[in-house]
Amino acid sequence: MRSTKAASPGQVLGGATATATGEGSESGAVQPDGSLAALAAQYGLRPSAQRPSIGIYLRELARRWSFIMGFATARNVAMYTEAKLGQLWQILAPLLNAGVYFLIFGLIITGVSRGVPDYLAFLVTGVFVFSFTQRTFISTSKVITDSLPLIRALQFPRASLPLAYVMIELQQLALSMVVLFALIPITGEPVTWDWLLVIPALALLTIFNAGLALFAARTGARINDFAQLLPFLMRTWLYISGVIYSVQVFVAQHSQNHGWVTTLLQLNPAAIFITLVRNALLAKQRASAFGAMPPKAAKCAAWIYQGTDKRPPGMSVSMWHGVKAQNLNRPPRQPLSQYGSAYCHATFVSSHLWLLAVGWALVALLLGFWYFWRKEVYYGRG
Amino acid sequence: MVLPAKPPGGTGEPTVIVDGLHVVYRVYGAGGDRGTASTALFRILGRKTRPAIREVHAIKGMSFVAYRGDAVGIIGRNGSGKSTLLRAIAGLLPPEHGTVYTICDASLLGVNAALMEDLTGERNVVLGCLAMGMTKAEIKKKYAEIVDFSGVGEFINLPMKTYSSGMGSRLRFAIAAAKDYEILLIDEALATGDAEFRVKSHARIDELRKKAGTVFLVAHDLEEVEDTCNRVIWLDRGKIVEQGDDVIGIIDTYIEASGGEKVTRDPVTRKRISAPDPDA
Repeated sequence: MRSTKAASPGQVLGGATATATGEGSESGAVQPDGSLAALAAQYGLRPSAQRPSIGIYLRELARRWSFIMGFATARNVAMYTEAKLGQLWQILAPLLNAGVYFLIFGLIITGVSRGVPDYLAFLVTGVFVFSFTQRTFISTSKVITDSLPLIRALQFPRASLPLAYVMIELQQLALSMVVLFALIPITGEPVTWDWLLVIPALALLTIFNAGLALFAARTGARINDFAQLLPFLMRTWLYISGVIYSVQVFVAQHSQNHGWVTTLLQLNPAAIFITLVRNALLAKQRASAFGAMPPKAAKCAAWIYQGTDKRPPGMSVSMWHGVKAQNLNRPPRQPLSQYGSAYCHATFVSSHLWLLAVGWALVALLLGFWYFWRKEVYYGRG
Repeated sequence: MVLPAKPPGGTGEPTVIVDGLHVVYRVYGAGGDRGTASTALFRILGRKTRPAIREVHAIKGMSFVAYRGDAVGIIGRNGSGKSTLLRAIAGLLPPEHGTVYTICDASLLGVNAALMEDLTGERNVVLGCLAMGMTKAEIKKKYAEIVDFSGVGEFINLPMKTYSSGMGSRLRFAIAAAKDYEILLIDEALATGDAEFRVKSHARIDELRKKAGTVFLVAHDLEEVEDTCNRVIWLDRGKIVEQGDDVIGIIDTYIEASGGEKVTRDPVTRKRISAPDPDA
């Protein structure tokens, strides 16, 4: 090792360093030099790899919004450039997805559709809404590792990446919704003003997903195994969120034995968002929702126990006879039997669901953002 | 301490201060055991967290100061930490120890990573500019200039993967060079493409360099460093071997140390006397 040559008198550049490296010690550690820090402070230089404050970070993120949207659109367009049918797949993919679910749960395993009016529309809505969350969560768990070249080449708030992935999925969802809007009238559901409620419901869901995305991005960046585990977690979540069956029917059948479990099922954010979208789009869902009518125990019981011979616990014999008579006089699948659920007591009525959705969205976004921001400078480190 | 003296041509105002910098890469799943299920199980049973991490100590303690008006050449063999140093200055790699201070954001010249080969050149121009932090209005203003400069012509409407490699790199360079930088970091192999474009891109780099406050240039082409830099830092295995204003002197020592062919120089001007450049 050579010591620094001064080119001309008085031109020792970083002289302190040169001497230290010149020692050639194997540790080679040049300790941070207090005087260099002082020089930096004197001229107003700032550490380049320092986490910005939340305020500055947010401002920077807002400035990058057009990049986030541009990146999302570009990714979406690039996704199907290889396929012969090209951009048509943007519509075909959700359509096929819904078709597969309907084939299995609508035509083959018919048990799950019990007590659900217009099962096809119910199922497809659930699948589309849930896959927004599912795809966001899974793709963002790999976003940091996937974007390593980008992270190592350009300086920008790293939260742009998971948020861009949310936007990619939101654009996909928008196309799925177009398919859904065309499909629902075909199933015999009316087009109503309530459809507009889809907008706030999906806006809240997007906020919620953004929070999840930020959480998944940091966790996936730090723990590589997370991305492997996630598909299983997501499938479990799918099955408890009432995507292919009605949580309401399940709750009605089990609430006497498993009170807290059924409450938890209804507090599940995915179930709440799915229910909100279904209630906005599907008139029959709205009409048959618990609490849609003033509670009447007999009518509710008749709905739950239609077609069974057992007397429900806690129901008087005379009432049970009335219920049986009502059930006997009606052929199965008569509309009234479907809407009987409206007379049941609701744990959470529509306004509760909206409040819960707002709560979930805000909690997820704030926690997710804070959690992601804390490790801002460590992304891309390998 | 006595402040480092003012470099010639500089204003004496420091723009980049590297203070005792260490950078460590962590590579997961590299080396260590063979990564079979049984070794993984024993690792877990043995409570050894973080399996098979290899640490690559890429920069082992560096300090220097660069001033406004400086053009700093960084030379050294492959793997000596040149690109890592640039990334650390840009704030893209967090230091293990020490700090890099900058007067404002330092940017690497290059947008390759942001571009998507499946998309048209047109979309990529917009995407690349957005990634560099330009606003939509700025992009609109610069768009024609970028396309003109790249010389890809009507190919701009075709996907970038249909471009010849020269065309692709020309467009990439044109996008990257569209922005004005305060602290500019250039990582070698920029002047690509045919001879004509090389002249054009050199001119553009010169222009950027004049506008920028401070430039760092990583290059294997030592002649380029000689021509453009007023300071040079020679790295080897993550450490500074030598640094200073005697660009030619340091380069000659470096060439000697790495066993390269000795450069013949004019004794007075110290300019290279060599066979005529085949490209010229």
